[in-house]
Amino acid sequence: MTFADFLNNPVNFIADWLTGLLTGWGLPDALATILVYVIGITVLIVFAMVLDIGLVWVERKVVARFQDRLGPNRLGPFGLIQPFADIIKLVIKEDITPAGADKVIFNIAPVLAAVSVIALWAILPLSSKIFGVDMNVALLYLVAAGALGTLAIIMAGWSSNNKYALVGAFRMVANMVSYEIPMVVVLLIPTILADTMSVQGITQAQDGLWFAILSPLGFLIFFISAIAELGRTPFDLIEAESELTAGFNVEYSGMKFGWFYASELLHAFTFGGFMAVLFFGGYGGFFGLEKVAGFGWLTNPFIEAAVFIAKAMFGYWAIMWVKYSLPRIRIDHMLAFNWKFLVPLSLVALATPAILHKVLIDLPTWQYALGMFASNVVIASGTIEILRANSRKQRKAEEKLSPQPVKN
Amino acid sequence: MTAEKIIFLLTGALILLSALMVVSTRKLLHAALWLVVTLFGVAVLYAMLQASFLAVVQVVVYIGAIAILFIFAVMLTRREMRDQGQQTRSNWWLPALLGLLILAGLVFLILGVPGADRVPAALPEGFDAVRVLGTALVSPNAYVLPFEVASVLLLAALVGAVYLAGAGKKP
Repeated sequence: MTFADFLNNPVNFIADWLTGLLTGWGLPDALATILVYVIGITVLIVFAMVLDIGLVWVERKVVARFQDRLGPNRLGPFGLIQPFADIIKLVIKEDITPAGADKVIFNIAPVLAAVSVIALWAILPLSSKIFGVDMNVALLYLVAAGALGTLAIIMAGWSSNNKYALVGAFRMVANMVSYEIPMVVVLLIPTILADTMSVQGITQAQDGLWFAILSPLGFLIFFISAIAELGRTPFDLIEAESELTAGFNVEYSGMKFGWFYASELLHAFTFGGFMAVLFFGGYGGFFGLEKVAGFGWLTNPFIEAAVFIAKAMFGYWAIMWVKYSLPRIRIDHMLAFNWKFLVPLSLVALATPAILHKVLIDLPTWQYALGMFASNVVIASGTIEILRANSRKQRKAEEKLSPQPVKN
Repeated sequence: MTAEKIIFLLTGALILLSALMVVSTRKLLHAALWLVVTLFGVAVLYAMLQASFLAVVQVVVYIGAIAILFIFAVMLTRREMRDQGQQTRSNWWLPALLGLLILAGLVFLILGVPGADRVPAALPEGFDAVRVLGTALVSPNAYVLPFEVASVLLLAALVGAVYLAGAGKKP
């Protein structure tokens, strides 16, 4: 038990030390193990929530840059203390429950919203040694946690006794139920390529060859459906300030609103992390450099965690980039885009690599990668051609319908 | 009492209590949400049986799809969210008695099964239940036929739903 041991496997080191300490105090083994697990879960949640506070600052700074302003800059260096001021403000605000609200459900909803996000952290592999659990059904678990988030939003919208909140909740469910389909289909692509559903297995299978290269279309579809699942612009019909005042959370005040806000930001970051895991190699990212003598320290769990968080932060930034650049789309367009475009495309994007993967797997790596990438390019250009032909047809039909200009 | 037994008893109590609340609460939406709790408890039972795939699918399908469908059906079809009037009939004791008898019979039967009180053997190291399930679903020696028949049934339901939704509209 030296400092090097701690550096090489921090979680196990601390867990062993704590178990030893607790059993040393005379606790039975089983109880000590349970206590250590509880402490571990608490530490993970606290880490996620503290990161969340940082995310508030990042979000405000980045949106300011996109809108050509400075963002928080008064409290502390670069406005770093601003999120803490926000939290104090939220906590000391009056807690209002609207008349006619269903009190119990009204109060459970923000908790469930946060739980649905924090539950995702159980499977997020920060590094090869720092992770909650390595489940063999991790990708399905991701979908299941999303189902809890939907439930939280329905509960919030319904229990508020406010028609805007209810309409927001209805829209969110339509949104999430439909965009879940392309997401589940696309989640099968890393599953097929890595031959496992565990996130550790998927990360290790991408050693040196990211799945984003093998299936760029899959990544794009996952990106789009992740944004829809998060309910962020252009899919933020759930909030739609100009139509619904603030949507499902309009009646929430103080820290209860804060929970929705915090879980939304953390959810976006978590999905950035899943993008990194599923398509960008997760915590690995040195393309074999770590195997060269003298660079072994690159596989240190702390370095890996830093790489992972950097990648997740990039995904988070990309989601923000889309959010602050695009306008909101109409609900019928949103549903049509999903059912008529994204679902068929995701099925094609799944079937092609599934077959090609088996055909090309015996070739050298670069030919395999090139073949997979080329197949995606073919699908993409075919899709664009079909879309173009469709819009041409539509334009012609509309030209026929529209009245001819009067000649005088 | 092992930790597993304690968790099992707590989960069982939660399932029974929430199932009772589903049928006894007067607010329809609360009934739907209690049903979610029941279904979640069943998922916990699956997880305790090492059936991780079933547990997760239980949450995805029953909570993510079916319970939400229930909630929507309740919200869209009922103007009054509270049920008025009597909740029981005058002969409620008869089904209660029947239920108790069936429970007693089941308990008697289960106690009669040899090895009912045995602790399940631990799974071998590296046993991938999902892989085994996946192979079984497409293997001709196992469940490929029922699996395909179920898929065709679901497809038929899907086509039927599309037809019904499109009926009356001219193509």
